[in-house]
Amino acid sequence: MSAAEDKYILHPEGEIKIETKDLDMYYGNFQALTDVSVAMPSRHITALIGPSGCGKSSFLRCLNRMNEVIPEARVDGQVLLDGNDIYQADTDVVQLRKRVGMVFQRPNPFPMSIYDNVAYGPRLHTATRGSELDEIVERSLRGAALWGEVKDKLHQSAMDLSGGQQQRLCIARVLAVEPEVLLMDEPCSALDPTATFRIEELMTELRESYTIIIVTHNMYQASRVSQYTGFFLLGEIIEYGHTEQIFENPADRRTDDYVRGRFG
Amino acid sequence: MRIVSAQKAEKLSFAGLWLCTAIVILPVLGITVVLVWRGASALSWDLIVGTPHGLLAPIVGTILLVTLTGLIAAPLGIAAAVYLTEYSRGGPLVRLVRLAIVNLAGVPSVVYGLFGLALFVTLFHFGRSLLAGACTLALLVLPLVISTSEEALRQVPGSLRHASLALGASQWQTVRRVVLPNALPGIITGLILSIGRAAGETAPILFTAAFYSLTDPFPNSLLDPILALPYQLFVMVMEVPNVAPATKWATAFVLLAIVLGMNIVAVILRARLRGSRRW
Ligand SMILES: Nc1ncnc2c1ncn2[C@@H]1O[C@H](COP(=O)(O)OP(=O)(O)O)[C@@H](O)[C@H]1O
Ligand SMILES: [Mg+2]
Repeated sequence: MSAAEDKYILHPEGEIKIETKDLDMYYGNFQALTDVSVAMPSRHITALIGPSGCGKSSFLRCLNRMNEVIPEARVDGQVLLDGNDIYQADTDVVQLRKRVGMVFQRPNPFPMSIYDNVAYGPRLHTATRGSELDEIVERSLRGAALWGEVKDKLHQSAMDLSGGQQQRLCIARVLAVEPEVLLMDEPCSALDPTATFRIEELMTELRESYTIIIVTHNMYQASRVSQYTGFFLLGEIIEYGHTEQIFENPADRRTDDYVRGRFG
Repeated sequence: MRIVSAQKAEKLSFAGLWLCTAIVILPVLGITVVLVWRGASALSWDLIVGTPHGLLAPIVGTILLVTLTGLIAAPLGIAAAVYLTEYSRGGPLVRLVRLAIVNLAGVPSVVYGLFGLALFVTLFHFGRSLLAGACTLALLVLPLVISTSEEALRQVPGSLRHASLALGASQWQTVRRVVLPNALPGIITGLILSIGRAAGETAPILFTAAFYSLTDPFPNSLLDPILALPYQLFVMVMEVPNVAPATKWATAFVLLAIVLGMNIVAVILRARLRGSRRW
């Protein structure tokens, strides 16, 4: 019996988009993730919960190799995207990050116009210009439920938008490179309830076409939007399964304590 | 009792700090006042365009010199700063480079002059020329250009770099499209301050670029020597007899005005651009 099995880890039915196998991650000598093996299904929302500092963000960054931005970070184990290990030496990181987009905790639009923000990715990767680019920008902004609010001021600075609008702009910016997976690291933690609600609605729409993995410290958010939930504690995944089960009938006592707000 | 003494101490320390701060501005103010006062009678249009000691040629020479200095120092300094902040991940080589930069900043300017003489004037056969002087001054201001550029680059939030990288941009694309454009105002400000410093330097151009001529004062090529304000002043004071004292003071004033003018432009630019920048 492997370590993964006695830790109440479900292996979902159906098509798996991203799967980690015995994933360890270190910052220098500090081990931030231990033996994380979890499979996330296509076109579903998977929520990752757990007390702060348990390694959720670190785990998310392993999935698009953004941890490589941190000099002392090191990864061991496998991350399979459609069955191919993204840590193989011949992986094209540019291609990987196009396929696995990321939305950060604090909205981080570039200090440029709204249009240029959304066009940033397409301009990097293609020679698209003119009306073709206009179409991509419009489609992405519509996809992020922001088009109506900004269509008359596309060439104004993105910094003039509200926090919630900025975060949707960041989502639009990611959508413009046509990813398959969306990683979202507490995307609503800097937003007010109304803006949070809009983003949650948006996620539910996006789920039709994308595989979404969202880190959240908000239990209600996790239970509202996700179909699968993983509970992390001290760098390990303790339990992973259907969201209703994790919240209503968890198998591990620590999960139970956490979702009932008894610690963390 | 204790509260009163704390208030007293507060007042006293405030007064002390204020006084020290005030003392800092006194020299600048004092120098300017003295220069204007002593040189006022010679400050005129004739001082600039008149002969034989008209300042037009030295002013043009100084402007050419610092412009070329900027053109040489900017790409080297900015490239070094980009490498140090965006690419290098520490290590012994980088520490060595930083050590070299710090020490370069501490080298006396006359040593730069001698070095420029040996390297650019003699070895590279630039002769005593605009080019040799600008190369020498570029070396002199390079540490300053690098450190101000690094500072400007570090002001660009990491979250913007991450956003770009996460969209699949390469390191270089991120630097070129996000980091540099946002750091540019700071970089340009630092550059102007740096070449403002170069404008007033005498020792580095003494052996490498400057000459004194009444007959052919304007350079025709990069390889011609030039008249430059600091050197002009030096010659007027030390070597040419019968220059009216007021002319000397007025020349010093023009030099100071150019250097201070560049600094003020830099400061205003910085304030302007900072005002328009929000992350
Ligand atoms: N850049 C880093 N360098 C060193 N340690 C880090 C770094 N980022 C995170 N950590 C450590 O790794 C652990 C997990 O952090 P993180 O993944 O941010 O947790 P979470 O997102 O669940 O709050 C924490 O103990 C944190 O201190
Ligand atoms: Mg986190």
